[in-house]
Amino acid sequence: MILKVARKELKSVFASPMGWVILALLQFGFGTYFLNGVNEYFEVMSGAIRPAERTGVTMFIGQSVFGLASFVMLFSVPLLSMRLISEERRSNTLTFLFSAPLSLTEIVLGKFIGLVSFLSILVLMIGVMLCTLNAWADVDFGYLFANVLGLWLLVASFSAMGLYFSSLTAQPVVAAIITFIALFGLLIVDRFLTGDETSVVNYLSLMHHFQPFARGLIDTADITYFLLFIITFLTLTVRRLDADRLRG
Amino acid sequence: MTTLTVEANNLTRIYGGREAVSDVSFTLSKGEVLGFLGPNGAGKSTTMKMLTGNLAPSKGSVKICDVDMIENPKEAKALIGYLPETPPLYREFTVDEFLAIAARLHGVSAKHIKIAVQRAKERCGLTEMSKRLIENLSKGYQQRVGIAQAIIHNPMVVILDEPTVGLDPIQIRDIRALIKELGGEHSVILSTHILPEVEMVCDHVQIIDKGKLVFNGSIDILKQQRHGNKLVIGLNNAPSHDELLKVAGVESVEPLSNGLLRVRYVAGQAPAEALVKAAVSKGWGLHQINPDQTSLEDVFVQLTYQDAAA
Repeated sequence: MILKVARKELKSVFASPMGWVILALLQFGFGTYFLNGVNEYFEVMSGAIRPAERTGVTMFIGQSVFGLASFVMLFSVPLLSMRLISEERRSNTLTFLFSAPLSLTEIVLGKFIGLVSFLSILVLMIGVMLCTLNAWADVDFGYLFANVLGLWLLVASFSAMGLYFSSLTAQPVVAAIITFIALFGLLIVDRFLTGDETSVVNYLSLMHHFQPFARGLIDTADITYFLLFIITFLTLTVRRLDADRLRG
Repeated sequence: MTTLTVEANNLTRIYGGREAVSDVSFTLSKGEVLGFLGPNGAGKSTTMKMLTGNLAPSKGSVKICDVDMIENPKEAKALIGYLPETPPLYREFTVDEFLAIAARLHGVSAKHIKIAVQRAKERCGLTEMSKRLIENLSKGYQQRVGIAQAIIHNPMVVILDEPTVGLDPIQIRDIRALIKELGGEHSVILSTHILPEVEMVCDHVQIIDKGKLVFNGSIDILKQQRHGNKLVIGLNNAPSHDELLKVAGVESVEPLSNGLLRVRYVAGQAPAEALVKAAVSKGWGLHQINPDQTSLEDVFVQLTYQDAAA
């Protein structure tokens, strides 16, 4: 049943040109960065740098592409997640889902999976794009995998939060703005407390947990953080929708 | 095996201290069509939302074919098809796409989705609109799509909240026929403002006012109340009332504003023939004689007004 809801969500993204346009535009951006990366790599590494300080091509290009991707997702996920529930609330289609034999958890998980699978297309395309380097160089697949996984978890967390804020309001735009501000806050919160590495606030920052992945390090603590983040917001969404049923 | 499809027990819903629906109980058997009447804001839609599990009742319970809505919402919801006040339509899809999604989400197996969509379209007269975007359909057609999604999984109970709003007279006739047809195998609950509609399609009528059931019974009882034991006669040379009272069966006479007379008679003794004979023999100049029907509107107003006075 969850997959049926997810399928419906995916279908609705692609029913309008919006889904395709977003895929195309973002892919264009990533592609440009990728190409620039390749060009710059040869310029930078051509001799000015001592051999010991040289980095691999995967890392050099990966850093710029994944850095851009995580930043772009910060803007695009709220735009995609905003309509998930608020739009349905506004056009009264939420009743349709509530009257169908679905539990609230199934509805929320379905919507979440629908959005994440759409975003996974983007993440996978970045991965595949970087893999093409393997034709001329030896790609560091471990580093690539860590980055793809990290970006994917980051995007999934963004989606979970976007879904929650979308359930709070009937105005998609409001949902998008709140989501964006909250995500932005969570991303940069560690900038304010750079001095204290052990601070709790620091630990809450999404960036703080994304960075190890960006360096190619898969840490179970970070994975757990992202999973907890996702579960928390999905649970909150279910509770919010349940309140609809109880309070009317 | 029980044939009860809907059982509502003491349904109560409180909004901020005010009872929007209070203590509504009723049952519905298989094959019956129940009409839900009431002025605006009486609690019709709230009751329907509770029946379909969209709203949790503050008190009371709903059972659909013996499945409790609160304990087993998934099983109970699978037995219901619901059209809310505003039809829930995903405007970005075509009719076919939307109905396929509705069928899938309501648990129609993959093999049968095509047949179910086809059948629902035929029943609601949507076959020519298959490939059109719902966004571009007229309101009447959108309403039909709404009905189609409610009956697509062949539910035991179909609940329609004002299904004929925004339809043209021909469509209304089609939809009424459809509701009657549905009443054969399913149970149907519909709410409406249009009173003749209730008389045409419903077996049972409930009138709800300020959250309370003020009338609950078969349509025949309402019809009886409507017809009453009254005649309206028009006389050119009206005699005195005493003269009229002498005619066998006549109980009372009252003049109406438009010069006609309303004659009440004892139940079971229709004095029409005697009145005509008397009129001819005594030269009263009879030009009109009609059974006096209180309109359904009057009965409705009476019932809801009584409650307000009490």
